[in-house]
Amino acid sequence: MDLLRFITCGSVDDGKSTLIGRLLYDSDSVSLDVLATLEKRRATAGGTVDLALLTDGLKAEREQGITIDVAHKYFTTPRRKFIITDAPGHVQYTRNMVTGASNADLAIVLVDARQGVIEQTRRHTLLASLLGIQHFVLAVNKMDLVGHEEVIFRNIVADYQAIAGQLRLPNVVAIPLSALNGDNVVRRSDFLPWYQGPGLLEHLESVPAATDANPNEPRFQVQYVIRPQTEELPDYRGYAGRIQSGTYQAGDRVRIWPSGLETVIEAIEVNQQEVAAASAPQGVVLRLREDVDVSRGDTIVPTAAHPAVVRELEATLCWMDERPLRAGRKLLVQHHAATVKAAVTTILQKTNIETFESQGTDEAKLNDIVRVRLKTALPLVVDEYHQNRVTGAFILVDEQTGATLAAGLVAATDPEYFTDEVPAEAAFSI
Amino acid sequence: MPTAAYLDYLDRLEAESIHILREVAGQFERPALLFSGGKDSIALTRLAEKAFRPGRFPFPLVHIDTGHNFEEIIDYRDELAAHLGEKLIVRRVEDTIRARGLREPGGKYPSRNPLQTYTLLDVIEEFEFDACIGGARRDEEKARAKERIFSVRDDFGQWDPKRQRPELWNIYNGRIQKGENVRVFPISNWTELDVWNYIQRENIKLPDIYFSHERQCVVMPTGQLLGFSEHLNLDESDEIVQRRVRFRTVGDSTCTAAVESDASSVDDIIQDLLLAKVSERGATRLDDQLSETGMEDRKRNGYF
Repeated sequence: MDLLRFITCGSVDDGKSTLIGRLLYDSDSVSLDVLATLEKRRATAGGTVDLALLTDGLKAEREQGITIDVAHKYFTTPRRKFIITDAPGHVQYTRNMVTGASNADLAIVLVDARQGVIEQTRRHTLLASLLGIQHFVLAVNKMDLVGHEEVIFRNIVADYQAIAGQLRLPNVVAIPLSALNGDNVVRRSDFLPWYQGPGLLEHLESVPAATDANPNEPRFQVQYVIRPQTEELPDYRGYAGRIQSGTYQAGDRVRIWPSGLETVIEAIEVNQQEVAAASAPQGVVLRLREDVDVSRGDTIVPTAAHPAVVRELEATLCWMDERPLRAGRKLLVQHHAATVKAAVTTILQKTNIETFESQGTDEAKLNDIVRVRLKTALPLVVDEYHQNRVTGAFILVDEQTGATLAAGLVAATDPEYFTDEVPAEAAFSI
Repeated sequence: MPTAAYLDYLDRLEAESIHILREVAGQFERPALLFSGGKDSIALTRLAEKAFRPGRFPFPLVHIDTGHNFEEIIDYRDELAAHLGEKLIVRRVEDTIRARGLREPGGKYPSRNPLQTYTLLDVIEEFEFDACIGGARRDEEKARAKERIFSVRDDFGQWDPKRQRPELWNIYNGRIQKGENVRVFPISNWTELDVWNYIQRENIKLPDIYFSHERQCVVMPTGQLLGFSEHLNLDESDEIVQRRVRFRTVGDSTCTAAVESDASSVDDIIQDLLLAKVSERGATRLDDQLSETGMEDRKRNGYF
């Protein structure tokens, strides 16, 4: 059985939590005592069972009837195990949406059939696409409130296709549904006879999963050095980490980056057993032939592979801190197991989330998406994010408070492809 | 050649958890693994073996002993620590109660669960632990569903759900200021069934109380069964019965209910679970039923 991670996104009141509740409810993933709690609340509040209560876990969320934080839910069908990330719709919680999207294989973009495509639809689709999600479901919800009209659905799909075209989304499937009534979620609907496509769950069960397989060039970063220093194993040195992409084989000639030293993989161990080869996303221990200097954060790749080893790069940032980012700011780049000091030297441009166009800017505010140039104190071993979703990702961290400031996606590592600098004033000149 | 396309979902969950454990080892100076003797923390020790062998664990096992124990668990704990050859630190809630002049919980079913928090905070201070690994899972409860894998706590161990760090990709930010510490949950994304499937696949031995056995139980007003123990303050109205039961979770014996079951093997339990209609905490945790926000309130105050 395989695993699919998906995120649900949409605006406030589009019914995300209700949709997840419906998926859990109709796939028999809700237990009796949890149902009893829901019933108890229904009895006091009146109306029907509120499925959104299955995911809105925090006190403030239940009081305000909104989702504040990313919630994770799990369910299994005979065909697949699912991890759902329920991300908040409010603008101020966009950073949580980015958080959820960073780990998802598929995004369900929810639209209220009465409202159609709105700014949040564009924003969330942009974010999900930016973070490299390959599969999109346009879920047109509340079809019951528009008389199950086909033309309404078709118009919304047409509007969304414009977005999908602009962002070059690879796979989009549009499904008309009603989360409240359960139409086309798990059960097919009698009210939407004009729709011939799959129901939501049917689609989720059949879409290709496991994007973390990552068949790119081999990348492996050292997380931890295992040195037992016991009588039986006085000289054992194992480099523990997770294969980030591609396949490694015992006997591979490899280079350690950023030092550039060359050696050979003596053995690959999984759970203390030697294996001939291993692939992403497996955790392994590599033993090397020569006693070369290797420490946490170093990257080991076959000599034929070519990661970028750079001290200057361009990146797209999703800025997540209250305090705006300005050029010159010093901070830390955490690239998985490697953490280095860095400075944002230039803020090049900001993405307008309505038009998806770039414009000049001299700062990044909370929830802004900007392209910046970064300089680091020590070399980073990276790939461009569109090439490798693991090694192209990093976070920015505040050196004093330790707060996570931004999600970073490597956009360019070769100065030849760097953006021509846009003077910050340009955006404000009339 | 093995490729990821053929990795089972359990392999994926395992790889994620091993990655998280190694991040703890790489990022922190003085981590600890909180070991309750329950199946989740037992699974964690197996994952730690896979992450760090042939080396030693880069952390001790820490057990917060409520004193309201199932004896089998204590025996199991000591055997496991000896078998692993890893350091075990035990701190008793009883000692905290005495040292801090706390009041013993009252009532019929006096749970020391809330008091564990004090002992936990004390042991963190005593050893200056900067990261505590725990076996909590997001599927256990609604507030847990919103917890990060690396969860930063302040000096008082408090969790502020609105100020959680965004957790992007599988990049875990464990940078903290003095006085803060991090709770780490490597099996966040596992469900109860996943843990049992893993126990089966890995052939992990568990304490006997997880399997069907005869036990003297008290029938609670809710109909749930509580294992009889000297720590309960019973009166004449209480009915003591002999039942075939097993435990789904292991905690303070005064607040962990048993379920009637004939499941005597891991296979049986997995079958039971596939048919089960009542969630793990709902079936067995009396402290969560006090209010709908029981868990959230306790976590805000430093509970695991």
